[in-house]
Order: sequence, then structure tokens, then C-alpha cells
Amino acid sequence: MTLTSAVRLPVRAGSAAAKVARRRAALHWVAVHSLAIAAALFFLLPFVFVLLTSVMSDRQALTADLWPTEWHWGNYSKVWQTPGFLSWWRNTLLYAAAGTALTVVSSLPVAYALAKFRFRGRNLALMAVISMMMLPPQVTVIPMYLFWAKQLHLTGSLWPLIIPMAFGDAFSIFLLRQFLLTIPREYLEAARIDGCGDLRTLLRVVLPMAKPAIAAVALFQFFYCWNDYFGPQIYASENAGAWTLSYGLESFKGAHHTNWNLTMAATLLVTAPVLVLFFFAQKAFIEGVTLTGVKG
Amino acid sequence: MATASTPVPAALRTKRRREAARTAAFLSPWLIGFGVFFAYPLVSTVYFSFMKYDGFTAPTFNGLKNWDYVLNHYPSFWTGLGNTLWLVLVMVTLRVAFGLGIGLLITKVKTGAGFFRTAFYLPYLAPPVAATMAFAFLLNPGTGPVDHLLGELGLPQPGWFTDPDWSKPALTMLAMWGIGDLMVIFMAALLDVPREQYEAAELDGAGPLQKFRYVTFPNISPIVMFAVVTGVIQTMQYYTQAIVAGKVASGVIGGSGQQFEPGYPHGSTWTLPQMVYNLGFQRFDTGSACVVAVILFAISMAFTSLLLRRKSGFIDED
Repeated sequence: MTLTSAVRLPVRAGSAAAKVARRRAALHWVAVHSLAIAAALFFLLPFVFVLLTSVMSDRQALTADLWPTEWHWGNYSKVWQTPGFLSWWRNTLLYAAAGTALTVVSSLPVAYALAKFRFRGRNLALMAVISMMMLPPQVTVIPMYLFWAKQLHLTGSLWPLIIPMAFGDAFSIFLLRQFLLTIPREYLEAARIDGCGDLRTLLRVVLPMAKPAIAAVALFQFFYCWNDYFGPQIYASENAGAWTLSYGLESFKGAHHTNWNLTMAATLLVTAPVLVLFFFAQKAFIEGVTLTGVKG
Repeated sequence: MATASTPVPAALRTKRRREAARTAAFLSPWLIGFGVFFAYPLVSTVYFSFMKYDGFTAPTFNGLKNWDYVLNHYPSFWTGLGNTLWLVLVMVTLRVAFGLGIGLLITKVKTGAGFFRTAFYLPYLAPPVAATMAFAFLLNPGTGPVDHLLGELGLPQPGWFTDPDWSKPALTMLAMWGIGDLMVIFMAALLDVPREQYEAAELDGAGPLQKFRYVTFPNISPIVMFAVVTGVIQTMQYYTQAIVAGKVASGVIGGSGQQFEPGYPHGSTWTLPQMVYNLGFQRFDTGSACVVAVILFAISMAFTSLLLRRKSGFIDED
């Protein structure tokens, strides 16, 4: 529309039209950024309120005050010294680190076979992977609990959660496969002509190319383990020595009655590692999320 | 089929056999996992749903009695199913609409895009237990900042997690706070829409709404579909936030042992997955718990099958 009016009326009117367009662009800029600021408040204020409450005195945390009159950073060391808190950390780290390592090692070859090998039943296998990915954990939890409790006597620990990750994780297999599909066949052919076996091709050619996807899978799995509540509730709740942060955190408020300040400090201490990890690996993470959204 | 009957050279046959062995080797971790952690427990769950079983003494055949109990004599089942369907309907719809809105917004932001993208994404990373406890505090009647601010503005101050009418909306708000995953997926999809199509629409005199309706939406509709289906499946599993919110709001927390009113307040946060846990691990009615698990499985699979259709883009043609 600006184009036609500019053509019809020369010079001065043209600059007027440009002025209108510029004003409209400025208004658009203001509208978009006001909305963005409002949205940012919605997403960030909860963090701010939680942080402010976590440093309030016990008494002030029970009021509706928003701003701490005194800053009690000591609340964090009080949380740290809560009996059990350190062992929750240790257990969570063990669960997340071992689970992530096992998942990556066991899922990569499966994803590679699903993406690059031609064999009968490949689509069927892929459908099975997607079905496993979508299965609510509660559907299979009863036989699985009985299996771990009665056959292997491993309940009261995190092993029933860690060991299955050595046998491929459906979500990780799916995400890695989506990525491996994008590796051109020529690379694999070239490796074969150079005399590489399948395993060597996977380790020497595919692995370096798939680093971003592997990083994304590792992050997702680490966060999954870190955040898992249902798993530890089922398998570890009977032994307080095996509790994780996510499971222990819930009991925290019970131990501290209505001390919202300490509870919020603990909440932030559980959230902080995830945020720190995210800032270091932001790119890999965002790429991973995009990959799960698949080709349109 | 025809190739099977025609004689195959010996060299080719060994090659094929070697390829099959290779495929099996690469798939082996998952094949074991599929059997032990998927197929076996699934069959076992169906089997136990027809058994009288408490998890300790030997199971005995019970016919359809567990099914009859759950469907006809266990009113909590219908409460839980109703809540789960409420969450599927409201939470998924609002999350997809909000995620799309935030995705659109972030593609339009020119100044400070990096800051806004991170700010919108961060809440998705908060561990569910931590996020739920934070919201229980923020929405706590009396001391929470949200009701405090609403009061200053002269607006009504709902009881949120302590009011059966407001507990599910509060959970929905928590789910919308963690919109980062959908934002990123929609953002990527929106950036993939070909520019020329917008330019063509502009030449035809299309306004912003028409451009969204005739250019943007048709291009991103597969992603919207994907977000809806995976959202439904995730919400069928909705567990942690509901149970933690109920426990914190009812004031009954403290590790194992202590019982709290399931689905507090008034069963309004009671969902199907919690039912499996409650029946199986607290009431030791393994048979009935497995009935609920089978129903949960059936509903989830119905939605998963939507993803498995060839059109969905998940499964490619060979």
C-alpha cells in the first residue's frame, strides 16, 4: 500500500508516507516490547519472590511482606546443615551422573541402527520406541516394583532406576535417531571404503558429528534424573539414606513446619545446579528441544 | 517374496547374515530393555488386573471382580478420571495457545531478544517439586505475594491450592509458567515459514490476522498437532505437581509414613496416576491398581497411535 501511494504522489508525499510507516513501526516496537516485558515479569517474578523470601527472618517469612527487612543469608547454611541434605545431594548426583552415562552409551548404537541400517521390521522397532517413550511410568510400576523387590532385593536404593538406563532410553534413542538421519550417507560410505567396520564408523565418524545431539540427550537425561520424583518415591522412600533432592525437598517443609524462608532457600538450592548447567550448555539444549519437535 | 525362492549366491547370503547379526548387535541393549522393562511388565499388569493380590501372598484368580470394583464401587475412580480429563482439556489447550503466543512474541522482539528468550525459557528448567513448592508459597492465602498483590488492587483473593474450585486452575497456571519447551518448538517452526509467502500475502493486501490465518497457521499446523498430542500424553501422566501441591497445601508432609488426604482439597487434584500409587503401594490392592494402570495405558496408547500414523512425520516411508 505504501508502495502504490509513493508511486502515485512524488517526492514530498512520499516522505510523508515514509514517516507514517516509520511511526507505525515505532508503535509496533513499543507494543511488542511492552508485551515482552509483561511476559518477562510473569516468568521471572516467581524467582525474585522466592529469593527474597529465602533470606527473610523466620518471623518475617510468616507475614505478607515482599521485601526482607534484614537479609539472613545464613538461612542457606542452615538448609545445608539439615540432616540428610548432603546425602540427598550425593544420591542425586550419583543417580543423574550414572543414569546419564549409561543412557548415552546404550542409546547411541540403537539410534544409529534405526537411522542408518536397512532391515526388516525397522519401522516396527521405531513404533515400539515411540510407544515406550509415551508410556506413563505408572502403567508398568507394579510388576517392576515386585521384580526389583522380590527377584533382586534392590528396593530401598536407586539401582532400580539406574540399571534400566543401561538398556537404552526410548526418548534418547528417538532424539538421537532424528539427528543421525541428517548425516549424509556418503560419509558412511567413505568410511566403509576406507575399511572401517560398523563399530569404528560409529565411533570415529558418527560420534564426532553427533556431538551436539549427544550433548542434548545427556542434558535431558541429567535433568530427568535430577527432577525425578516418582521413581525415588517408589524405590527409595523406604530408606531415607537413598533419598534424592527432589524427594527429600518435599519432606523438608514438614521438618521445618511453616518456615517458608528455609523451604524457599532449599528450593533454590535444588534449582540452582540445573540453571547453572543450562547457562553453560544453552545452545545444545535449545537445539535438542527443537529436534524433538521434528520435521514439520 | 520372489527373491526368497530364487537361488541366492553364497557370498550374498553370508553378507546378509552378517548384516542381520550386526543389526541385532547394535539393537541388543534396547531389545533386552524392551522385553524386561516394557513387554514383561505390561503383560504382567494385565494379568494382575484379573487377580486377587496384595503383593505379598500368592495371587489367586479373581475374574472381573477388580474391574467391577474399580468401575462400579470405587467412586474415587470417576473423580480421578474426571480431573485427569479436565487437566487434559484445559491445561493442554491453554499451554499450546500460550506457547504459540509466546513463540510469536519472541520472533517479533528486536531489542534484547536474547534476554527475553532466556527469561521465558528458565521456568521450564525448574525441577517440578521445587516449582510446585514455590507456587504453593506464592499462592499461599494470607502470606503469599500473589494474593497480597491482588488485595492491593482490590481484586478477590482465591484460596488457590486450598480451594477445590481453584486448585486445578492453580496447577494450570504452574504448567503455563513452564512453557519453555513449547516456546522453543514453536519459535523454530515460525522461523521456518517461507518469507515469500508473507510477501505474497502482503501484496494481496492481507492484514496481520489474515496473514496468521492463511500463511502462518497452515505452515505450523503439524507442529501444533505434535504439541497437542504429546501434551495430552504428558498430562495423562500428571502426577508430581498434583501430589506435591496437595501435600504442601494440606500441611501434611514429612517423608514416608504420614498419610495425607489424597487429592487435597476434596479430591480436586486426584488423578489417575496417583490412583495407581495409592491403590498399589498404600492400600496393597495390587489387582485394582493394575485395573487403573490398564485403563491409563489404553487411553495413552489411543493418543500415541495418532503419532504413529505415517502422516505425523514421526515414521518415514521406506
